[in-house]
Amino acid sequence: MFNAVVIIGLILVAIILFTLFRVSTLVDVLKGNSKKKVTKSNGVNAGLGIVFLIGGLLLFFIYSYTEFDRYNLPLASEHGAVTDQLFWVTMAITGIVFVITQILLFGFGWKYRYKEGNQALFYPDNNKLEMMWTIVPAIVLTLLIFSGWRAWVSITDKAPDEAEVVEVMGYQFAWSVRYPGKDKQLGDFDFRLIDAENAMGMDFKDKASFDDFIPREIHVPKGKPVKFNIRARDVIHSVYAPHFRLQMNAVPGMPTTFWFTPTKSTQDMREETGNPEFNYELVCNKICGKGHFAMRYLIVVDEPADYYKWYNEQQAWLAKNPSYLSSVPQHLKEVAIISSGMENNPEVQAVTGLEEEEEMVGAF
Amino acid sequence: MSTTAVHTNEHIGHDDAHDHEHHELNFVEKYIFSTDHKTIAKQFLITGIIWALIGGGLSIIFRLQLGFPDMNLEWLRPILGKWITSTGQIDSEFYLALVTMHGTIMVFFVLTAGLSGTFSNFLIPLQIGARDMASGFLNMLSYWFFFVSGVVMFISFFIETGPASAGWTVYPPLSALPTAMQGSGLGMTLWLVAMVFFIVSSLLGGINYVTTVINLRTQGMSFFRLPLTIWAFFLTAVIGILSFPVLFSAALLLVFDRSFGTSFYLSDIYIGGEALPNVGGSPILYQHLFWFLGHPEVYIVILPALGITSEVIATNSRKPIFGYKAMILSLLGITILSFVVWAHHMFVSGLSPFLGSIFMFLTLIIAVPSAVKAFNYLTTLWRGNIIFTPAMLFSIGLVSFFISGGLTGIFLGNSAVDINLHDTYFVVAHFHLVMGSASFFGMMAGIYHWFPKMFGRMMNDKLGYIHFWLTFVGVYLVFFPLHYIGMAGFPRRYYSFTNFDAFQDFTDLNTFVSVAAIITFSAQFIFLFNFFYNIFRGRKAPANPWGSNTLEWTTPRVPGHGNWEGDIPKVYRWPYDYSKPGAPEDFIPQHIPLTETPESNLPHEVEQLKEEGIEVKAANAGKS
Ligand code: HEM
Ligand SMILES: [Cu+2]
Ligand SMILES: [Cu+2]
Repeated sequence: MFNAVVIIGLILVAIILFTLFRVSTLVDVLKGNSKKKVTKSNGVNAGLGIVFLIGGLLLFFIYSYTEFDRYNLPLASEHGAVTDQLFWVTMAITGIVFVITQILLFGFGWKYRYKEGNQALFYPDNNKLEMMWTIVPAIVLTLLIFSGWRAWVSITDKAPDEAEVVEVMGYQFAWSVRYPGKDKQLGDFDFRLIDAENAMGMDFKDKASFDDFIPREIHVPKGKPVKFNIRARDVIHSVYAPHFRLQMNAVPGMPTTFWFTPTKSTQDMREETGNPEFNYELVCNKICGKGHFAMRYLIVVDEPADYYKWYNEQQAWLAKNPSYLSSVPQHLKEVAIISSGMENNPEVQAVTGLEEEEEMVGAF
Repeated sequence: MSTTAVHTNEHIGHDDAHDHEHHELNFVEKYIFSTDHKTIAKQFLITGIIWALIGGGLSIIFRLQLGFPDMNLEWLRPILGKWITSTGQIDSEFYLALVTMHGTIMVFFVLTAGLSGTFSNFLIPLQIGARDMASGFLNMLSYWFFFVSGVVMFISFFIETGPASAGWTVYPPLSALPTAMQGSGLGMTLWLVAMVFFIVSSLLGGINYVTTVINLRTQGMSFFRLPLTIWAFFLTAVIGILSFPVLFSAALLLVFDRSFGTSFYLSDIYIGGEALPNVGGSPILYQHLFWFLGHPEVYIVILPALGITSEVIATNSRKPIFGYKAMILSLLGITILSFVVWAHHMFVSGLSPFLGSIFMFLTLIIAVPSAVKAFNYLTTLWRGNIIFTPAMLFSIGLVSFFISGGLTGIFLGNSAVDINLHDTYFVVAHFHLVMGSASFFGMMAGIYHWFPKMFGRMMNDKLGYIHFWLTFVGVYLVFFPLHYIGMAGFPRRYYSFTNFDAFQDFTDLNTFVSVAAIITFSAQFIFLFNFFYNIFRGRKAPANPWGSNTLEWTTPRVPGHGNWEGDIPKVYRWPYDYSKPGAPEDFIPQHIPLTETPESNLPHEVEQLKEEGIEVKAANAGKS
């Protein structure tokens, strides 16, 4: 039914257009319009330009004003304040240029539309004018570049030493996140060590790996610098968190980093947006295959105290996957057991045969 | 200009030779394997139009997915077959194939081959006063390589694993590993093969354009008397010659990685349950190579459109183009700068931040010549006597888009701001306005303007107006809202936004955009009718329908092989003597000698005549 209506509508439109076309051709022939320089359409087109200009600008202003909260994502990072400001300064400058030039374009079109007997001004050049509009944009752009450059340099500068380090790894089609654990040292990794469980290729020949933990969501402390160490294990992905104005590609074979300071906890943001379900999200923003649109990960910004509490409660990956103790070199096994916190886990002890060892030790 | 004379003679000789075998010029030689630049231009144009329909059609399909995610697309099964899932949705991987092919087709087949191929071929000989291209044979090869490229690309739609799907930029490792996505199998191989043919075609064409412009200009046609169209085509060809080989090398290394186990772009990869042996490669290397072409490519797409617009706006404002020299300088500036800004596409790729800074500076410099061009167009309109032909409307539309889209480039070129905008819909809005739509409008302006010369008949103005207004308003309705969606952080190349809390909004705007896209696309059928109907049935064109100064309007209504019957006209002036004070008409074509226009000669022209010792008086006397 719906389809039929659409088809009939289309046919009607086509017929109307064709009739218009025939009529206009005939009229042209009758009036001998082909010899006249312009027809009435000239004024109509010029006028439509003005209608378009006014209508378009109105729509632009009204929509930009009334829907501001929809397209302006709330901001939650320190550097984001700087880049947002740059964005809006650029918006102000380009907005003015945009409005003026469009007004001139369609305004001139209307004002200088063809009139019988008028003559256009022979005005081939004016060096002063041209110098002016080369130099003025150059200066304005220089100012923009300069402030942009300063922001860029500080954003891409080395992360502060005390920054919390989080490793983020993209793969088809999810994220894995690793924290350094109590020693604050991320252990080595190697893509050849990846398997179904050890998705991040953690290398247990490195002591620093033993206490690393892999949570289900990212937690970061509010007001403290956080450094993401970013990598990918199959194709390029991109770590994008729009609320933090944060983006960096995840490239296989070439680790990258991005550091930032969150300014609002998830709870703060829930209050600010009035949305009790609000969550920060990590998004993949580099085409990576079939599931590109579904690589979601949660980021939780905690008050620092909550964050440290959470941090200390996390169990090392090794402790959860004790079978990997077998890839720990013999002389480090003891260390691994202790620093992963495995000894407190009776199940683990059963699996690893830890108890027997200890018993034997006790027996002697 | 002795070289010109020699060449001219050669061409006349060539013509003679041709005449002898004239009776043997069969259909195939005349319309298929033709070496006549005008026929080749039309071949490029028609092929370009067909590809535009295909490319546009693909975008309508994926806009349906974005605008109406719940719509049952079962009715597309006859065309798309298994790419429609059992629930009547587009397969999420095929969605990526659609955007990839849309981008590739539009950028390369429509706006590079369709635009440069058509208008460089058609206009260079006609506007510089040459009988044909420097090498008609290479020119013919250029078209046929393009044709083969298209055939290969077209075939890739029909293979089991589908066409290339890694985005038009085909970044490895995604494009290098068939295990990463289906489209990176045979589809990607065909993409690479097609691109190699395309690159050859571009190079053959480009070398020809450059040679022709340098060597075959008619007497008196100095570089500073060339219409801006020719300057634009010339510099476009130069850019192409310098940048396409780099794309070729990028593609070649990718072929090695894909098929011969090398590791140019691959390192540390675990995929499909196994670790690959490749180490030491860099995916970033590919991005550098690609964008070394890719950025110049966007200027390859826009410069011809700007050239066409300069010509059309000057003609229809009945005014000289404002700042002819500045226009040439800005074209030159853009040409040079376009080679040193490529890494602005890579600010967050893991590029060294120091390089990021350098490329930010260079990128924002390129905005200056672009701004100069926009201001010069505006001043050309100022105090004109403007005639709104369809071509003029499309040119004005181009200027509007070029400004709107160019301004958003200033956001993106600022690396600090780009962090949050990269790969969002903001970028999509930027380049569809400044490149896609602007250059599409340039192409339309060119078609409406030179149709009379191509086919000897006129297109219908009224239909042209309707086509323009629907398309112009439509384009803004499609692409302007994307800025908002981009500012809200929506990533591009997403099949659906339902997975994220942050992207739940704007379903209304997305639906709106899709509807606008469908209407805009449908409006193109008005053009198609107007175009094809009037090739055969249009009113016969007068000799110089727009009162234009350039040489092509001195040829017969339908110029034959060799373009001019008799001698090639000589050129005595620049092409923008419109509304010259004192002149009886509001235009003085380039082939009219200064001696015939004593009433309107400017002081420096009088001076010039004196210096050349030409008998002004005699001519004057003869005239008056
Ligand atoms: C005012 C001057 C311009 C500046 C400063 C500028 C800057 C930029 C930047 C920085 C990007 C990368 C954005 C990103 O991916 O994050 C970009 C993307 C793009 N620009 Fe421009 N641009 C300008 C003019 C143009 C022109 C004239 C064209 C074409 C005719 C163009 C075509 C494109 C295209 C096609 C892309 C996107 C490519 C892709 O990622 O698929 N730009 N522009
Ligand atoms: Cu991804
Ligand atoms: Cu670029």
